[in-house]
Amino acid sequence: MKIKIMGPGCANCEKLAALAQQAVTETGSKAEIEKVSDFQEMARAGVMSTPALTIDGEIKCVGRVPDKEEIMAWLR
Amino acid sequence: MKTTGTSQDSSPLKINNGGRAAALIRYILLGGGGLGLWFVIYEQLLPLAKFLTYSLLKLTPGSHLAGTLQFFLYESPKVLMLLILVVFGVGIIRSFFTPEKTRRILAGRRESVGNVLAAALGIVTPFCSCSAVPLFIGFVTAGVPLGVTFSFLISSPMVNEIALVLLYGLLGWKVAAIYLVTGLLIAIFSGWVIGRLKLEHFIEDWVLKIRNDVNDLPEQKLRWPDRFRQGGAAVRDIVGKVWPYMLAGIAIGAGIHGYVPENFMAALMGKAAWWSVPAAVAIGVPMYSNAAGIVPIVQALLEKGAALGTVLAFMMSVIALSMPEMVILRKVLKPRLIGVFIGVVSCGILIVGYLFNLLF
Repeated sequence: MKIKIMGPGCANCEKLAALAQQAVTETGSKAEIEKVSDFQEMARAGVMSTPALTIDGEIKCVGRVPDKEEIMAWLR
Repeated sequence: MKTTGTSQDSSPLKINNGGRAAALIRYILLGGGGLGLWFVIYEQLLPLAKFLTYSLLKLTPGSHLAGTLQFFLYESPKVLMLLILVVFGVGIIRSFFTPEKTRRILAGRRESVGNVLAAALGIVTPFCSCSAVPLFIGFVTAGVPLGVTFSFLISSPMVNEIALVLLYGLLGWKVAAIYLVTGLLIAIFSGWVIGRLKLEHFIEDWVLKIRNDVNDLPEQKLRWPDRFRQGGAAVRDIVGKVWPYMLAGIAIGAGIHGYVPENFMAALMGKAAWWSVPAAVAIGVPMYSNAAGIVPIVQALLEKGAALGTVLAFMMSVIALSMPEMVILRKVLKPRLIGVFIGVVSCGILIVGYLFNLLF
């Protein structure tokens, strides 16, 4: 499983990345986390508000920081 | 608290889920109680500030220090409370809008109508300036005209709830209304001009090559308790971020209020100084501050004889145009287009500045 955190690196993106990391650790998932700050890649994925989180190319949330429980549910 | 009307949820109030209805009732009661408490405290702020200044600290009425301190002790909790209330309300309104929905409304719109819609949607669509580039690409590649996109990008930072609350709290509803209307007009007009100029070829080439089929995400179903929670999150997020700026701004404003002589600013920023409007814009454009820091200073300047138009022009150019934003936009716009953008918006602000110096 591949998780991508998309955003130019503002405070909310950092918060989301940290939460995703915690969620991965707590669920014991083997998912890999990658931060994406390249606008072309964001655009191709169809993301236009940040921060965004995609799992295996599927957009899970955009424009907000979800809570940890929500991310953990996506990982299962 | 209004719960009928605009909700597009299938049936947020259905009783088949007792827990949800109970949560909603709890939120409404909490909200109503909170609102009542808010008004009670709000009414006590001025007497409290006077009590602290004159009875507790025994400062002489009319002295510089007393004036400064009373101003600070009254204005800062007042503005903070207004801010919490309005940010909460706007947070709930924004839960009805997303950039994706706004894009759907604007795509394929013809200009003029599109410019007006985009400027209005700029106020209520949740958007943070770090998303400016992805949003720009998302709009333009989905067929939102360039000028309409700019109307959105101008109105969104300029006409925001923080600026309006502070203007209302410190300068009254008339100035807030003037700011709202002229801010929208500048966004509509500048976007329209940019659209007329046909500058599409000054968008970076790689942006135009992106052909993403607009894959709209499934709408998130929100219930009323979710919306209240989003309002609360907005308060934590926004108020948590701007309060230091606001306190610093009010402290500087309080200092000017207490120590700077009357009419001190008249020569420098008064109506008679014709060059003060362009000077205010020239200083304001590269500066960046959020509305929370700038309005208290603006109020103090006005009090000391600065002209309304000059001060409005300064405030608009600080909030609407900033160096960091230009640096970000440079990734998708060629320098010519950025130049035109700054030029057109500055002209709009200049006209507003002169107009108000003439009228008031």
